[in-house]
Amino acid sequence: MSDFTHPAILETKLALGETTLIAEPAQIVDLCRHFKDNEKFVRLSSITAVDWHPAEPRFEVVYHLHSIEPIRRVRVKCSVSGTNPEIDSIFSVWRAADWYEREIFDLFGIGFRNHPNLVRILMPLDWEGHPLRKDYPIHGYKYGYAKE
Amino acid sequence: MKHSFEDHVATIAATQETPAGPAAPRRMTLNMGPQHPSTHGVLRIVIELEGETIKKAEPDIGFLHTGIEKQCEAINWAQVVTLTDRVDYLSNLANNLVYALTVEKLLQLEIPPKAQWLRVMLVELDRLNSHLVWLGTHALDIGAMSMFFYCFREREDVLRIKEMFSGQRMMTSYIRPGGVALEPPRGWEKVLGKFIRGFPSKVDEYENLLDSNPIWKIRTQGVGFISIEDMLDLGVTGPMLRAAGIPLDVRKTEPYSSYEKFNFTVPTRTENDVYARYRVRLEEMRQSASIIVQAMEGMPEGPYQADAPHVVLPDREKMKTQMEALIYHFKIVTEGFRVPAGEAYQAVESPRGEIAYYIVSDGTSKPYRVHMRTPSFANLMALPPLLEGTLIADSIASLGSMDFVLGDTDR
Repeated sequence: MSDFTHPAILETKLALGETTLIAEPAQIVDLCRHFKDNEKFVRLSSITAVDWHPAEPRFEVVYHLHSIEPIRRVRVKCSVSGTNPEIDSIFSVWRAADWYEREIFDLFGIGFRNHPNLVRILMPLDWEGHPLRKDYPIHGYKYGYAKE
Repeated sequence: MKHSFEDHVATIAATQETPAGPAAPRRMTLNMGPQHPSTHGVLRIVIELEGETIKKAEPDIGFLHTGIEKQCEAINWAQVVTLTDRVDYLSNLANNLVYALTVEKLLQLEIPPKAQWLRVMLVELDRLNSHLVWLGTHALDIGAMSMFFYCFREREDVLRIKEMFSGQRMMTSYIRPGGVALEPPRGWEKVLGKFIRGFPSKVDEYENLLDSNPIWKIRTQGVGFISIEDMLDLGVTGPMLRAAGIPLDVRKTEPYSSYEKFNFTVPTRTENDVYARYRVRLEEMRQSASIIVQAMEGMPEGPYQADAPHVVLPDREKMKTQMEALIYHFKIVTEGFRVPAGEAYQAVESPRGEIAYYIVSDGTSKPYRVHMRTPSFANLMALPPLLEGTLIADSIASLGSMDFVLGDTDR
């Protein structure tokens, strides 16, 4: 199952029947290109992020890839630092990355280098802060109950 | 330099003349939505037109964003079930199911067969509900008004059955981690059996009503083409992909909740247009009806919840006689059950396509992170290639054939 070899793969884990690869963030585009071209992962199922505040590196960007023939899934995780978080966009590999990366940019504030149109997607364009960060209060800054 | 009125008229006339060379034609920008009835919710599309041809389409989403993923992190594992109902309000049971399956994967719980059969039966019933709403509103968009009444007549029956099982018509929260919420009500076989045995003839009725209508065929056939490469690249799943000939259905490829024990086929078409998507969904309704009949007839005996007292609320009667049941009840209600640290990703076939939850637990009684990979979000990314190059009159048919739910898109 975990027979993937690529210089960017740092570690391979198998838990609950799912394969997780820890990858080198600088080579994520290379790795995704390799999975798409050589391992038949034609689909990008989703991209998301996890905030491990206050740990460092703070963010984890999680990619779920899906291959139709044969049927298999793999999870690729990259750590991203909390100060000036940035990672390369994989838009050039799968166009499906477009909105997922915009969503992460919007809700976590992680930048994606070489993304064609990196603007907020779910929140209003003039929104302050990134709601899915762990240090963002559940009621927001504007309508919080903290002062009452 | 002074411009006379004649100069002005001459300038306008010059721009309106057919250009002799390859001059750039005039473009008009049209704003559709976010409150347009045919966008089925609050979707805004900015369309650039040349004449009646769409040259550029830019979807603008987020009007229904309610921060469900953030809210999930503030409440305990059992309470999240109610939020999953509100993600995709036309197929809430599929969302309940994918959440329950992901949490059960983390808990490594074994679910008794009766609960699995009940889950399959009700999720398929919800597929009927979703497809009926789709068919009714899609036909209404194109101009076949009577379809709406027929479809909503059957949908009402489905909602009554859902209410009978769970006490709620739409936000059922019936499928929960550990099994289903309640024992099926007395006499459910009779009510569901009467509905489901009569249902295939209703589907024939819809088919007859629409397929013998030449306007329906003209409006849908050969409209809304999008290449298979574009769809795979953009992450499109569900009936859209199957109408192009790719039999990708999570129920078949990665069976969950005992789907491998049911006999059904995955309908596909090769035309890859609005009509093919309609035929695929119609055939899916027949298959779902057949799955429901199989689930009813083969319903196993036994408990409807897993034997996991640390997760499932104890029986009320047991609480009066057993101290352990009372303690577990107190712990689950006040603190919530704990889920071992880890991460899981589970995909389920919703009426719209692949719905998948990625859940991270840090070992406490609240989820650390819940990400919902919703089919409408991914499918909407395919809107520009679907609309660009087509006529604006066809855009309504193409939009409707995608069958998106904006609650599902924005979460």
